[in-house]
Amino acid sequence: MSESLFTQLLDLACGAFLLAAVVVLWRRELAAIVRLFALQGVALAVIALLLGLHEDRWGLLVVAVGIGALRAGLLPYLIRRALAAFVAERDGGLTRHGGSEEARETQPLVNVAASLLTAAALTLLAYAVARPLVELDPTPATRALPVGLAVVLIGFFVLVTRRRALAQVVGFLLLDNGITATAFLAASGVPLIVELGVSFDVLLAVLVLQLLTVRVREAFGTTDIDDLRELHD
Amino acid sequence: MVGYTAIVLQVGAVVAGAPLLTGLMRQTRARLEGRAGAGVLQPWRDVRKLLRKEPITPVGTGPAFRWAPPLLVATSLVLAVLVPLVSTDTPVRARADLILVVSLLALGTLALALAGLDTGTAFGGMGASREMTIAALVEPTILVAVFALSIPAGSTNLPVIVAGAADQPARLTSPAGLLAIAALAVAVLAESGRLPVDNPSTHLELTMVHEAMVLEYAGPDLALVEFGAQLRLTVLLGLLASLFAPWGIATGASLTAVLLALLLVVLKVMVLGMALAAAEVFWAKLRLFRVPELLAGSFLLALLAVTASYFLGAEGGGAR
Repeated sequence: MSESLFTQLLDLACGAFLLAAVVVLWRRELAAIVRLFALQGVALAVIALLLGLHEDRWGLLVVAVGIGALRAGLLPYLIRRALAAFVAERDGGLTRHGGSEEARETQPLVNVAASLLTAAALTLLAYAVARPLVELDPTPATRALPVGLAVVLIGFFVLVTRRRALAQVVGFLLLDNGITATAFLAASGVPLIVELGVSFDVLLAVLVLQLLTVRVREAFGTTDIDDLRELHD
Repeated sequence: MVGYTAIVLQVGAVVAGAPLLTGLMRQTRARLEGRAGAGVLQPWRDVRKLLRKEPITPVGTGPAFRWAPPLLVATSLVLAVLVPLVSTDTPVRARADLILVVSLLALGTLALALAGLDTGTAFGGMGASREMTIAALVEPTILVAVFALSIPAGSTNLPVIVAGAADQPARLTSPAGLLAIAALAVAVLAESGRLPVDNPSTHLELTMVHEAMVLEYAGPDLALVEFGAQLRLTVLLGLLASLFAPWGIATGASLTAVLLALLLVVLKVMVLGMALAAAEVFWAKLRLFRVPELLAGSFLLALLAVTASYFLGAEGGGAR
């Protein structure tokens, strides 16, 4: 693969990666947010694949396939299943709150227009912070480093401003995607065993969070985290 | 000499084609909705009918109301001269600066908003206030989105940007180019008052923006206002086509190239207009309070395009 084609494809994949994180802030439907998260997983896998092809490292190709399967397939499937459980419950007529309310992030703590502008500010911040790092070794991959940092910041922002438990799970996963992308872009990925460990960690975290969300929902009738401020016995 | 011919051809095509483009879009929409439609020539017939009526101005309106329609048409015509649609090698190319183009657009919007306020009616004021809200969000988006394209070209001069993009098509497929396309497309929809932001065919009180401002116009003034709006839509779609699909635009002083470019730009604008009309069949108008979200989103896309052209495309792809 020629150098300029590699650069262009890598830039496109990084652009799609950042764009998916930004559009997560834009959309309210949790189903659409999960779709975007899957799209971001695909972009992350493409970044790893391109780096592996460029540097002729077969281990990285295996990691890319694994990341694609986990982040674009398994994790969105798990979140979608939790979401489907809420909606099905609504159709059964068992709930106090409507299921449609569970399937949408109706009132984030920061409104959508303001969160989009915050995302712009966070991207600029990531660019400013990453500049000394990029100057150390300016290759096409390290130039895209701000993208990884920006997704970390945006993921953190989603985590703190959304009310629904599932939206927060997506925020946590965005954060993790950002960290993985930063690792790929800065150092062409971490050793395989560490990558495996991190992936299982994320998978377990999502499984536990999913279970917790379902239990929270059963106990309180909603997954609005703001309702969980007071202690009960 | 060829440069002057190109300008004359361009302005002639825009003036003759603007009502036809609106007619084409209405006709496309009518056919897709299963209606027969009034025909492509209907906007020209409307203009003829309105020009024959006597001019009437409401009692108590001042110069702002009377001068707005000619000012709108004048700014749109100047835009039609400046924007490089047919050729980048024209005598006015040194003056076709991006900031001038955006300020001319804003001047036309402002003139209509003042006219809406001048009538003193509830609808005029409401429409003017809404239009100013939207314009305040749209103008920065257009500026920033075209800045993203002007960074690789190294100039805010529109013909230089278009000629550069025609030379190196790779600039457009970079993330910066794609983000800028998306942002500018949304901004053009809002600026020309098309569907997700404003419904051009409604006269329902609570939903209209542009129509509310021009509600008091009648006769020749109304013809001018409608013609000005059609000119703006044509020029903006043409600008979009020139910036993002510059293939075939004449860059030298050859008459055949100019004629070919004219044919191509007419085709490109027709395709864009029909695609827009077809998309409008499937869209609903956004609630007014959701419009700032859409525009903030498109501003963010434009800003990301500028940032991305710094940290991704420009240095890495060797485009600089």
